[in-house]
Amino acid sequence: MKIIDYIVIEKKLDESMIKGIIGKKLGMTQVFAEDGAAVGVTAVEVEPSVVVQVKTKEKDGYDAIQIGYGRIKQKNVTKPLQGHFNKANKGFFRELKEFPTEAGMYEIGQEISADIFQAGDFVDIAGISKGKGFQGVIKRHGFHGGRATHGSMFHRAPGSIGASADPARVFKGTKLPGHMGCVRKTIQNMQVWQVRTDRNLLLLKGSIPGSKNGFVIIKQAKKKSA
Amino acid sequence: MNVIEMIEKEQMRSDIPGFKSGDTVKVHVRIIEGLKQRIQAFEGVVIRKRRGNSRSNFTVRKVSYGIGVERTFPLHSPIIDRIEVMSKGLVRRSRLYYLRNLRGKKARIKEATSIR
Repeated sequence: MKIIDYIVIEKKLDESMIKGIIGKKLGMTQVFAEDGAAVGVTAVEVEPSVVVQVKTKEKDGYDAIQIGYGRIKQKNVTKPLQGHFNKANKGFFRELKEFPTEAGMYEIGQEISADIFQAGDFVDIAGISKGKGFQGVIKRHGFHGGRATHGSMFHRAPGSIGASADPARVFKGTKLPGHMGCVRKTIQNMQVWQVRTDRNLLLLKGSIPGSKNGFVIIKQAKKKSA
Repeated sequence: MNVIEMIEKEQMRSDIPGFKSGDTVKVHVRIIEGLKQRIQAFEGVVIRKRRGNSRSNFTVRKVSYGIGVERTFPLHSPIIDRIEVMSKGLVRRSRLYYLRNLRGKKARIKEATSIR
């Protein structure tokens, strides 16, 4: 009974805080753990994001904040967006993203940096995966393919996609060749290896979607907590 | 300096002696057994060095009871206590994979004298 109480309290505390931030993937390298194991990590640059808009229950029907990330020049922003950014008066941003919060936690112009996370936390990472172009079923759907030798004439083809008399059509959703990649992918339960506020860096254990310099959204993990 | 390079430079150790392929080295490795820690030496010929800041590694080959044993160590790994360079070898290539096919007297490497 006691344990359950504790979990409830902890969750409540977390809910009042912002749960996510926007970052830029810088690339991967390896670091050594204390026991000597080499750990592959991804470096994500998380420059302080600025609260651009605070949404309230009275006005918008829900409580949330909108944050901006990735500074750009004023001339590259449309006039309507310029007006939107001018309310915070903290520059102009490439990316805007909304995160739910409790009312009254944040105000316009406030900065949010990487220190909302700690080493050991679990996070979900969403980003746009690298585009792979038009791909066959082996790469795109993990089909096994046929035999390479011994007179086999079936190598990387998809095989039968439906019978002729019944159903006499190809079912919807059948896995076929086509465009692969360049879609939003989320990796769940990634561990934060290190948070470096001096360089606005997050080191995450493992790989994340997207190319270098791609934007990623880092959120508190939905299914796992530290 | 870019950030990835910075992270890698931080991981690098400065107490690693210089050695090349063909050199005979003794690698003192920390081994953790339960709560205790001891040091084991692995002595043999360096048959390969791969470079890349903190990601560098090297492979040491020795023949133990007639069986060739190769072990690859990350050069900057904290499990390496220290590396002793026993002798310098005179070799004409950087990857000494040909040693795997040689036995006994033929698998020797000429020792480099003071001028290399």
